[in-house]
Amino acid sequence: MITNKLTNLKPKCSCSGPSSTLLNTSMSINIQQTTAELGIVDHFTHLRLRLGISRYSKVDPGIYKVGNPDQDSLVFISANYVMSFNKLRNALKGMNAWIMVLDTKGINVWCAAGKGTFGTNELIKRITDVKLSEIVKHKIIIVPQLGAPGVSAHEVGKATNFKVIYGPVRAEDLKTFVNNGFKATKEMRQVNFNLTDRIVLIPVEIKMILKYAIAASLLFYFINHFGSNSNFINDVLIMLLLAIVSGTILSPILLPFVPFRAFSLKGFLISLIAILAYIAYAGLTSPYLVAGSILLFPALSAFISLNFTGASTYTSVSGVRKEMRRYIPFIIGFLTVGFILITISLVRGI
Amino acid sequence: MNNLYLKNIVTLKLDKEACVKCGMCINVCPHEVFELKNSKLEMINRDRCMECGACQINCPVGAISVKAGVGCAYAMIKGALTGTEPSCGCGDGDSGCC
Repeated sequence: MITNKLTNLKPKCSCSGPSSTLLNTSMSINIQQTTAELGIVDHFTHLRLRLGISRYSKVDPGIYKVGNPDQDSLVFISANYVMSFNKLRNALKGMNAWIMVLDTKGINVWCAAGKGTFGTNELIKRITDVKLSEIVKHKIIIVPQLGAPGVSAHEVGKATNFKVIYGPVRAEDLKTFVNNGFKATKEMRQVNFNLTDRIVLIPVEIKMILKYAIAASLLFYFINHFGSNSNFINDVLIMLLLAIVSGTILSPILLPFVPFRAFSLKGFLISLIAILAYIAYAGLTSPYLVAGSILLFPALSAFISLNFTGASTYTSVSGVRKEMRRYIPFIIGFLTVGFILITISLVRGI
Repeated sequence: MNNLYLKNIVTLKLDKEACVKCGMCINVCPHEVFELKNSKLEMINRDRCMECGACQINCPVGAISVKAGVGCAYAMIKGALTGTEPSCGCGDGDSGCC
């Protein structure tokens, strides 16, 4: 579907000369034209993905032309997640190049490489399927560095004679990388997790927690409704909101500035400060409500923050396992005791 | 900003005897864990390793070993509850949701 849209976009046609011989050899291969320019539709798709409105948006696997490439033009490899593909073609503005899209089931390069779908076998298969050795004369393919967890460069070389060159982490560095004779600086090889990187993840974090937040709100509402029907419910719902904001928004933003390395502790601390501030501001004195809130809400944020390890770019599986073993028992304990205390407070109005 | 996760926990191991100093691990590592020092490969930032496994799979002589996987709590909880291998079901964003 996406590719239809892409191919409908006007191909930059300065078509004379170089590709004529090419067309003869590639008659049986389905080569699609794409552009380096991104249109409104593309930006709209990116926005939908960023907001978590849609999760997957696929490009057809295969071979694409950017500009008017010939048999000497460079070949860049991408995933069939639309944002991966779009970032790559956009970075190739002004170049004549080939893009070979692997079938990664609509998953981005790094995640797909972790799963192995952006991997050695798929790369070898795709090189064979599109008859890459007939499309270009050279034996070089440029694979994004973040594809490396799934791709064994020497295995691909053995199987296809194509030499894998790992490009930079970010597509926007590609031109510099190519112009420097395939040399990447240290910065180009490093994955960051800067403020912008973290902020763009927030909408999806909120979306993931939304239904649980609504369920928890309703639960408290009914406990109160059939209990004491006290005003405490307002405080509870505000603190629940504070806990969710702490976990989904403040934690990602403040991540590097909060002490502790464990994500759950970062989330716990941020939320604890917010809850204590609210208790002081609202002048809460009910011992059940105060104690319950200090336990439940920070623990809830700790759990949300713990899940942010998956979105971060630097947590190891061994590390996350250790963090979970160490802190999940506390989180469960705090949540349980906190919930019981708040329930007592709401039921009895004390 | 140097983001650091828990200390002394990663499973990354380097066999310096087997290493042929091709530099492939330096190319693929997203966290600058390796460096060639006086023509010897060193792990200069071992704690920054996120166990993605790129160095291991791209080492032509098998000098690097690491238990690779996704550093994602959600995936592990899901894996534990369903009794399957931890695997994230995410395709959102490109900032490494796995």
